[in-house]
Amino acid sequence: MPQIPPPVIQVSHLRKAFGAHAVVQDVSFAVAAGETLVLLGPSGCGKTTLLKMLNRLIEPDGGRIEINGQDVLSQRPEVLRRGIGYVIQQVGLLPHYTVAENVAVVPRLLGHAPAAIVARTKALLTRLHLPAARYAGQYPHQLSGGQQQRVGLARALAADPPIILLDEPFGALDPVTRASIRHEFRELEELRSKTMVLVTHDVTEAFELADRIMLLDAGQIQQLGTPRELLFRPANDFVRRFFAAERLALQLRTLTLGDVFEANEAEGPKAAFRAGTTVHEALEALTGPAAAAAPFTVAQLMAGFGEALQREEDAWKR
Amino acid sequence: METLTALFTFWHEQAGKLGEQTVQHIGLTAGSLLLGVLLGVPLGLFLSRRPRWAPAVLGVAGVLQTVPSIALLGFLIPVLGIGPKPAIFALFLYSLLPIIRNTLAGIRGVPPAVVEAARGLGLTDGQVLRRVELPLALPVLMAGIRTATVINVGVATLAAYVAAGGLGEFIFGGIALNNPVMILAGALPAAALALAFDALLGGVQKLSTARLGQVGAALLVALPLLGGLYLLPRATGKLLAGFSPEFVGRADGLPGLTKSYGLTHLPSVVLAPALVYEAARNANVDVIDGYSTDGRIRAYGLRVLRDNRRVFPPYYAVPVVRPALLREHPELGAVLAKLDNQISDSVMTDLNYRADYLHQDPKAIAEAFLRRRGMWTAPRPTVAGASVVKLGSKIFAEQYILAELYASLIRGNTDLAVETKTGLGGTTICFEALRSGAIDMYPEYTGTGLLVLLQPRPAVVDSLGGRPAAVLSYVRAEFRRRFGLEWLAPLGFNNTYALLMRGQQAQELGIMSVSDLSGYLQK
Repeated sequence: MPQIPPPVIQVSHLRKAFGAHAVVQDVSFAVAAGETLVLLGPSGCGKTTLLKMLNRLIEPDGGRIEINGQDVLSQRPEVLRRGIGYVIQQVGLLPHYTVAENVAVVPRLLGHAPAAIVARTKALLTRLHLPAARYAGQYPHQLSGGQQQRVGLARALAADPPIILLDEPFGALDPVTRASIRHEFRELEELRSKTMVLVTHDVTEAFELADRIMLLDAGQIQQLGTPRELLFRPANDFVRRFFAAERLALQLRTLTLGDVFEANEAEGPKAAFRAGTTVHEALEALTGPAAAAAPFTVAQLMAGFGEALQREEDAWKR
Repeated sequence: METLTALFTFWHEQAGKLGEQTVQHIGLTAGSLLLGVLLGVPLGLFLSRRPRWAPAVLGVAGVLQTVPSIALLGFLIPVLGIGPKPAIFALFLYSLLPIIRNTLAGIRGVPPAVVEAARGLGLTDGQVLRRVELPLALPVLMAGIRTATVINVGVATLAAYVAAGGLGEFIFGGIALNNPVMILAGALPAAALALAFDALLGGVQKLSTARLGQVGAALLVALPLLGGLYLLPRATGKLLAGFSPEFVGRADGLPGLTKSYGLTHLPSVVLAPALVYEAARNANVDVIDGYSTDGRIRAYGLRVLRDNRRVFPPYYAVPVVRPALLREHPELGAVLAKLDNQISDSVMTDLNYRADYLHQDPKAIAEAFLRRRGMWTAPRPTVAGASVVKLGSKIFAEQYILAELYASLIRGNTDLAVETKTGLGGTTICFEALRSGAIDMYPEYTGTGLLVLLQPRPAVVDSLGGRPAAVLSYVRAEFRRRFGLEWLAPLGFNNTYALLMRGQQAQELGIMSVSDLSGYLQK
């Protein structure tokens, strides 16, 4: 029997109300080790409250949260938080600390050796394209918004916590910076093995980063599943309507060549086209200035895409 | 230019005093500021955690701020006595509002995202406060301390009114004596202190957050040290004197006394004229200056030390009249003369005591006095068309009583009608009213007539030598010549400066006169 690793985060029947307003109502879910769960939903759906209850920035009214099998309420909040990376939209760098000092906050709280802290800070900054020689001694106000968010990310990763919570981490950035930093984020070696819970209201971002998405509305889970499940198997009308505006773009990013063509047909001569390549990526590769040689034309691709869509629709309606 | 020279001369002569007062001033400011920081900052932090309390606390501190400083000192004296305690406490209350408000504003000004991030990273509440909120609030907090400092340097001048010293001693002495040089001698250093502190703290405020923290800590160490300056030992003696600023400054006050009696070894503090009697009564001080017929002498059991060398100028009370009045109504002469030499110092003190402390009506006091002396006659029935004698008085009890005495005598012994115009303010108002005929007569004092109204050359004053008869004949002749006004005969009492001690203490030490006092101090 294959051994299923226990979930890193286990939430059951979580409730929170501010006054008479129930913000989170009876929410239960689990996050597996190394998984990225995206909390998605409109403003006021309770996603940020839910996130902040995980590291006890907000205390729940009821329910239970276990992290690594331990009830969070049994630990001192600050000890709990030091083991969980935390990134927020406004970054919240300490303005009177240098970049290096900001990154070193948690390792210092944990009493790491100074030499180790310096080395770790330097390595992290370099990996995030902020060479320590130039940026370590700067103050946050000297950095651009994108650079600040990178420092915020470095700070959350400094003590190498196994879990990272991110609250709209790219929300305050302009679209170009946002796309590029998100790309870096996905490629970042540091994050590969992390268990992450990320809050966003940006559907594209959710589809790009999520292993699973939890769509919330009015404090309740509307659907929890893979992007594909939410897109093609919406649990209710709210889920369906939520993706309506960007449906086609999401479908292009979700369906892969494996869905569109028969297995052997999809494998191209180049590594650019594999079964896991999304239609959107394939389309980009075909129509770019340096169009790659492909075993199919744009027309074939789009026809196959149409058929695949039809299949998904039929499967759902049945 | 002349003023400037005089100013430097003054500072040169009073260098010791100037230094002492400056040190006291800094001490008062720093001490009160320390208390303000020790209470204000924690209170501000508390309010940042419990914002519901903020309006109430800031409201109370704001109301305290609006209480005029003199009034605040007045409220504090019954509780804290005189000396540094009420001064420091009042200054402390004034420093509270800017410190609380700016602490709160500083903490509130910290971006919530920074605090949230800090908590999210695992800083404890205490660490968030110490490492994040306080450092970031420090520039605003320091601005509050700066405001409080400048306010306190200014208000600390009032400490001189409650015998707490400071640069106000020169200022109030100068005001009392109408001596601009003396005012400047205290005001300029006070202003310089305020500007220096302001510049210093302004510079501190511009420092980086990290340095600011160090400077803030250094300040917390420096404040008690500066406050401690106030506690430096000062000259002590067998007795402590408390003098009003005017008395300390004017030539016929303390300087004259020191010269004539060799009155050394008498350390003194300066305080508001209104407070000297209280200070003596409460044994905060032993020797005070006062007026020889003040009702409080009796009320507080004080003793007037005999001025056996006649340093204080004579201020004998004498009715001053328009000669036309006596020409038109010759019968008045004898009536007014009934009071000649009838009222001694102690009798006048007693009458003042009845007015000021027993709160009896001046008219009733006057009638009771006349009855005791057998001079009382019931008022004659009013005669239609009788001419009216207009009696004036200055605005204090002694003068009211004198006016009522004359009014009763005139009503009882003549057919004339009487109109009293009491409370004519100060000397000049009474005098001008008399000259213009708005009143026919008012009681004046020989010393006032000489020094305030005639203002002769100093040589003339010296030649009179403070002899009561010489002064009276001089003012009588000069008033006749220059204003055509007549000084009648003295009433008997001399309301002049006096040195006072608590009766019991004077008795124990065997001090009856100023010479005795001088002798006792030099023993």
